[in-house]
Amino acid sequence: MSYDDLRHFADSWGLVFMGLTYAVLIGWHFLPHGRGHSARAATMIFEPESDTEADHG
Amino acid sequence: MDKLVMRTGGWFALALVAFAAMLAARDGGFAVHMGIVCAVALGLAVFAMRSADYGAYARGLVKMPADQGRYYDDVIRWGVIATVFWGLAGFLAGLFIALQLAFPALNLGIEYTSFGRLRPLHTSAVIFAFGGNALIATSFYVVQRTCRARLFMPKLADFVFWGYQLFIILAATGYLMGITEGREYAEPEWYVDLWLTIVWVSYLVVFGGTIIKRSEPHIYVANWFYLAFILTIAMLHIVNNLSMPVSLLGSKSYSAFSGVQDALTQWWYGHNAVGFFLTAGFLAMMYYFVPKQAERPVYSYRLSIIHFWSLIFLYIWAGPHHLHYTALPDWAQTLGMVFSVMLWMPSWGGMINGLMTLNGAWDKIRTDPIIRMMVMALAFYGMSTFEGPMMSVKAVNSLSHYTDWTIGHVHSGALGWNGMITFAALYYLAPRLWKRERLYSLRLVNWHFWLATLGIVLYAASMWVAGIMQGLMWREYGSDGYLVYAFSEVVSAMLPMYLIRAAGGLLYLSGAIIMAWNIGMTIAGAPLRQEKPMHDADYDAAADRPLPAAQPA
Amino acid sequence: MASKFFDHGKLERNVSLLAIAALVTVAIGGIVEIAPLFWIDNTIEKVEGMRPYTPLELAGRNIYIREGCYNCHSQMIRPFRDEVERYGHYSLAAESMYDHPFQWGSKRTGPDLARVGGRYSDEWHVQHLKDPRAVVPESIMPTYAFLAERELKAGDMTGDLTALTRVGVPYSKDDVAKANEDLAAQADPDADTADLLKRYPKAQVRDFDGDPAKLTEMDALVAYLQMIGTLVDVDAARPLENGPQEGAR
Repeated sequence: MSYDDLRHFADSWGLVFMGLTYAVLIGWHFLPHGRGHSARAATMIFEPESDTEADHG
Repeated sequence: MDKLVMRTGGWFALALVAFAAMLAARDGGFAVHMGIVCAVALGLAVFAMRSADYGAYARGLVKMPADQGRYYDDVIRWGVIATVFWGLAGFLAGLFIALQLAFPALNLGIEYTSFGRLRPLHTSAVIFAFGGNALIATSFYVVQRTCRARLFMPKLADFVFWGYQLFIILAATGYLMGITEGREYAEPEWYVDLWLTIVWVSYLVVFGGTIIKRSEPHIYVANWFYLAFILTIAMLHIVNNLSMPVSLLGSKSYSAFSGVQDALTQWWYGHNAVGFFLTAGFLAMMYYFVPKQAERPVYSYRLSIIHFWSLIFLYIWAGPHHLHYTALPDWAQTLGMVFSVMLWMPSWGGMINGLMTLNGAWDKIRTDPIIRMMVMALAFYGMSTFEGPMMSVKAVNSLSHYTDWTIGHVHSGALGWNGMITFAALYYLAPRLWKRERLYSLRLVNWHFWLATLGIVLYAASMWVAGIMQGLMWREYGSDGYLVYAFSEVVSAMLPMYLIRAAGGLLYLSGAIIMAWNIGMTIAGAPLRQEKPMHDADYDAAADRPLPAAQPA
Repeated sequence: MASKFFDHGKLERNVSLLAIAALVTVAIGGIVEIAPLFWIDNTIEKVEGMRPYTPLELAGRNIYIREGCYNCHSQMIRPFRDEVERYGHYSLAAESMYDHPFQWGSKRTGPDLARVGGRYSDEWHVQHLKDPRAVVPESIMPTYAFLAERELKAGDMTGDLTALTRVGVPYSKDDVAKANEDLAAQADPDADTADLLKRYPKAQVRDFDGDPAKLTEMDALVAYLQMIGTLVDVDAARPLENGPQEGAR
């Protein structure tokens, strides 16, 4: 595999692959499922502190 | 009693070993370093022997509140103090070497204060001492709060903090004595590297252990970034510092790699010190402190997941852009360039995620000086992560490489992004850690913000001009077909730019001094400064809360 | 976030999985980029003339590293018309093959030094290091007058050469055994250096700092500066660019 082969791959299929990956990741971001899970994870840091066993560990 | 004897004896034995190494040392620098280790171990032996609680005395000096058993915060309080201290030291060293470039007489004609030895002192002081302490302190704070668990092995956490300070002292004194491996940002010699490895593994144990014993099922996104930072730095540090000591009783060692391989390993390390130390770790700060200060959740949690994986995957490839047009094989250069350009995407994804967290609360930029600092940090993050990919394009790099443009780029990232987000985190932490009502003064935060911003503008602008001017003058041909400028003429053309840069550094340092005063007064518990309140906009506490339904996934 | 194929939620709840996945993710780039450099043959094209540093040059190089010269001086000439004209033939990978560590640098506050060897006289170097502004008024370089005063205390150079042998530099047994003699002999015009020159071709033997009575750090540093970039006959290394016929010349 020479530099030129790699360059041709990067100019063609490599570029297509990266473009697709980019599109899929953007699409995944806007998928509706798991919204509740994300919202809960994001607001976790605002939940009031509760006394748990681990606090005194 | 037995435990006391063991502990005292252990420290004493270590002191003896260090003393023996000092006497047998092959070179003066190694002897000095073993002397430092010996003194520290002796101090700890005395400390362990005496029944007096010096720890409590020291905590009293900086007015630490009592440990409430909930979270282990003492080590974080020391971390806040150390961050402020090393920040001042590092900025001062930077200003001094900036002035040396304008006035070479300031090298003072003695070896210890020459630019070549002080420049590593400056870079290590700001990156590893200031940045590193900020990362250790904030990571211990964030991991406890987000895991709702007390720090795993508090004593080991103390060791991480104090051991890291010893690393800084050994590295810094080493540079002054000319003890260096001669590779940028990886200058400490083999024994200091070994010591850092021990400290770093302990850091991983404390951090990972706290996550394992968490009482919250979900691992918050900030912790992923901290974890990736700790793991990757361990990998980079160990591989890049592989070297062969000349003697176990001397400081000198020779790198395991040579030439091309050494160059690529070094910049794989060097660029990812930026990528993981100065980016991933500080993004972790962003993902916790920006939402907390803004009192709203991060804009998109799912974007933060994409941000995380794409950032850590892409960053590691970007190192070869430091070696464009060198003797490094072409394929590696091109690969480095392509990944550097792609890196623009996750970087801006992260910036947008941080900025949009303020969505619906943009007025806070006007009313809350700490939020303003965070926003400025993100703006500079966005700017330097655009500039970086641009400079990694080979055509641009052929002009910018070897010039002050690179220096300007680094500083817009370091002063703008790392500095500002750290200052904001310190302002957030100080009143909470010392149980104060609020900071001593918010007006002073505002002063700090403007001094720092103006300083960065002067710094970055002068270095852009200097860098592009250098690059163009070096390659300028006259109509006679000869190079127009001698190298020395280009050097003298830099003087005005170097003066403006030093002025920018002075402003930035002044801002940091104001911060030290403000945080010092907060720690001392001084009565709040009499000043016009900062919150003069309408504030509706009931409306100021996240709207869960309106959040994107 | 659950999906049939991949459940990211699992990573969000299991720190070991998260750590392993992160480590694998960051390892890929390094492995693909760096590892091939160690086994692809044409990373470093073979050239005539490269040899390990003499003990004196090595001691000088260690002073170069100690003083942090790399912070302002590069040793890597890029293949551009202006750089080649200003500094000389562009740098070849082979020219730093014995450099532990490499000193390519990243900033040119001062000029590139990859081919500084032989460009100036010893006297110029000594004067310039003692007081840079005496010879280049615009210079902003620190002064290094103390180098001329201080005796070279390189310690036992056999240790240094042994360490370098261990990381792959081809010093012979003879080179290592005679390291300390060689160190002194190279800066002593009266010494018998036939053997030294046989083992280190193109080594320059003379008193470098203008003070034959003392072997100083200045001797070592100037000896190093005067040899940088002089080992390889770059014009003979050109055949690769010009095709095989011309290469046979």
